[in-house]
Amino acid sequence: MTTPAGATPAPNGSMPTYLGMPSFPSAARTAVADSQLRRNLTHATTAIRAKRANVVRELDDWEELRQAGKAIKEHTLANLDTYLLRLEESVTSAGGHVHWARDAAEANAIAIDLIKRKNADKAVKSKSMTTQEAGLNEALAQNGIQAIETDLAELIVQLGDDLPSHILVPAIHKNRAEIGDLFRRTISEAPGDLADDPPSLTATARAHLRGEFLDAKVGISGANFAVADTGSLVVVESEGNGRMCLTLPDTLISFVGIEKIIPSWRDLEVFLALLPRSSTAERMNPYTTIWSGVANADGPREFHLILLDNGRTATLADETGRQALRCIRCSACLNVCPVYERAGGHAYGSPYPGPIGAILSPQLRGMTSPADASLPFASSLCGACYEVCPVAINIPEALVHLRARAVQSQPHYPERIFFSLAASILSSPGRMAFAQRLGSLAGSAVARRKGRIRRLPPPLSAWTDTRDAPAPPPESFRAWWSRTRGGAR
Amino acid sequence: MTAREEILARIRAANGPAREPTEIDAAYAAIPRDYRRAHHDSEQRDDIVALFAERAADYRATVEPVPEADLPAAIARAVTGKARLIVPDGVPEAWLAELPSATTIVRDEPPLSARELDAIDGVVTGCAVAIAETGTIILDHGPAQGRRALTLVPDFHLVVVRADHVAPDIADALARLDPSRPHTLISGPSATSDIELIRVEGVHGPRNLHILVSG
Ligand code: SF4
Repeated sequence: MTTPAGATPAPNGSMPTYLGMPSFPSAARTAVADSQLRRNLTHATTAIRAKRANVVRELDDWEELRQAGKAIKEHTLANLDTYLLRLEESVTSAGGHVHWARDAAEANAIAIDLIKRKNADKAVKSKSMTTQEAGLNEALAQNGIQAIETDLAELIVQLGDDLPSHILVPAIHKNRAEIGDLFRRTISEAPGDLADDPPSLTATARAHLRGEFLDAKVGISGANFAVADTGSLVVVESEGNGRMCLTLPDTLISFVGIEKIIPSWRDLEVFLALLPRSSTAERMNPYTTIWSGVANADGPREFHLILLDNGRTATLADETGRQALRCIRCSACLNVCPVYERAGGHAYGSPYPGPIGAILSPQLRGMTSPADASLPFASSLCGACYEVCPVAINIPEALVHLRARAVQSQPHYPERIFFSLAASILSSPGRMAFAQRLGSLAGSAVARRKGRIRRLPPPLSAWTDTRDAPAPPPESFRAWWSRTRGGAR
Repeated sequence: MTAREEILARIRAANGPAREPTEIDAAYAAIPRDYRRAHHDSEQRDDIVALFAERAADYRATVEPVPEADLPAAIARAVTGKARLIVPDGVPEAWLAELPSATTIVRDEPPLSARELDAIDGVVTGCAVAIAETGTIILDHGPAQGRRALTLVPDFHLVVVRADHVAPDIADALARLDPSRPHTLISGPSATSDIELIRVEGVHGPRNLHILVSG
C-alpha cells in the first residue's frame, strides 16, 4: 500500500483533497494491485454484509421505515431554512451557542478561536466525518493545537499518518498484524510482548487514551442528528470514546453539517431503527448520547454548535443530486459495492469514499478538477448501493446525472477516464463487459433524453460539432446477447 | 452579509422562498409513516420483559432475572470483589442492605473529579426506561442514575431494570422521555469492531455491564 501524503486543508476553505488528488482511475489502479489491501477489504465487507442482512430481515416493516426516513429527510431539506432557525432557537434556549460557517475555513477558525480562549493546546475528538471534511485537525495543528483522535480506527489512522478509507471503520484497510506493528512502534503504553489479537490491541488503545480523556479541557465531536424542535444533538457510537468526549471536558464543540437536522424528537424512532442496523449491523449500537444545550451540573458547562454549509447549499440546488444530502453516513453502500471492494477507500480521494462519496464529494467540492469529475464514473451502476441505502438514495440515478454534468465541466476527461477505470478495476473477462456497460451508460448520460449525442468530448467533438451522432444503444451488444440468449433457453 | 444570512439566502435560492410555518407543520404531519410503531403487544408484559432480557444478553451483558425481594442479595453477589462502589442519590437504601463489609460506598458529594472516578471500581444505578426490541437501557440521569460521568468512568456498571421500565419498542420508549434532559442509551458493554470488523467488548466505557431484571 502506498502511504498517501497527509491531507492538506483546502486553501479556499472547502474540503481537503487527498493524494495530491489523482483521478479515481489512477488511484484505483494502485490499490487494485495491492493484494493485501484487497484481502483485508473483502474479508471485512463480506462479514458485515451478511450480518446486516440478518438484522434488517428481523424487522418486517423495514421498507416502510426506509420510506419514512427518506420522506422525513426530504421534507427537512425542502424547508431547511425554517428548521435551521428552529434548531438555533432551541439550542440557544437550552444554553448552547450556535455558530454558522459558510465553509470549512470559517468553521475551523471558529473552533480555533474557542479553543484558544480556553487556553487549551489540545482537544479530544470523537469520530466525525464533518471535521475530516473540514480538515480541522490540520488547521488546529497549524495553530499549535493537538487534536487527539479517540475512536480506535481513527487513532490507527492518526498514528500511522494514514488516511481514512471507510466511513464507519476508517482503518478497514489495515489488518491486525499491520495494526500490531503500528502500536508497538508508536504507543508507549504498549506492552513489549503485545500480541496481534484484537482484544490486546484494543486494551492498548484504552490504556493510551485514558489519561487524555480524564484531563481533557475541550472535546470536539460531530453529530448524527440534530433535532430542531428540542435542540437535541445525537451521537451514535460503540466504544464509549464519544461519551468521554461529550461528557468529561468543560467545553464541547460540535461540527454539524446543515443537512443533519431532523424536525422532531419523534423522528428518532425512525432513524435509531435505521442507522445501527445499516451501519454496524446491530439492533442498537452500544452507546447513544443525546443532549440539549448544557445540563445543570452534568457534562460540559459550555456547548458550541457549529453549523457548516461547505457546499451543501450548492448540492441542494441540484434537483437530482440533492438526494445525497439525505445520507446518514451508515456506510452500508460501501460494504456492498464491488468497485469499493476492489479499489479501496483511498482511491476516492476524499473523506467520503464508496458510492456515497462518488456522488457527494464532487457536489460538495464542485466538479472543477479532473479528480472530482472522475468520481461519478467510479461505479458499475449495479444498483446494490440503492438497495441497501436506509434512506433510499438512488445513487445510480445521481451518478448518471453527475456524469452528464462532468462531461460538461471537464470535456476531455470522462471518456478516457471510464475506460481506463474499467481496465484498472476488472481483470478480464469481466473487464470487457464492465467497460462496455460503462461506455453505454456514459453515452446515455451524454445523450440524456434526446437519443442523440449533441456534442462529444474531443477529439470526437470535431465530428459532432458539425453533425449529431446517434447515441450508443442503451444496452451493449454483449449485455443484449447474454440476456436474449438466456431468455431463449 | 453574515454567514447565517448568507447560508439562509443560499437555501432560499435553492428551495424557493420560505413557506409559512403552519404550511410546513401540515406537510410534516402528512409524512407517511406506514411502519409499525409497536412490533410487540404491550399487554403481554411477561413476554416483553423476557424479550428485553434475551436481547440485552445478546450483547454479552450479564443479565439476571431477580425477584424484587432478592435484589439486595443479588446486588451483593454481583459486586463481590469491588472495593469501592459509587452510588448515586435516589438508589433505595434497601438495595445496599447486604453489601459485603469489604465494600465501601462512595457518594458523589462533593462531585468527584474524573481522576477520582477512575479510582472507583463500579457503580450501581437504576434506569429511566428500557427497550425490549433492542435490549437497550436508557438513563436520563435523574434519581438513582447520577450524572453522566458516574456510569461512564468506572469499569463496572450494575443496573437494576424493573419490569415497568421496559417499553416494547423504540417509539414508546422515546415517548416516555423528557427531551430537555441529557440521555444515554446503553446496549451492552462498550465494544469496537474496528479491527477486521471483529467485535471486541470493553473499550473506553464500562467493560462489564451487569443487568438485574426485577419483577
Ligand atoms: S448513501 Fe445511504 S447507504 Fe450510503 S452511507 Fe449514506 S445512508 Fe448509508
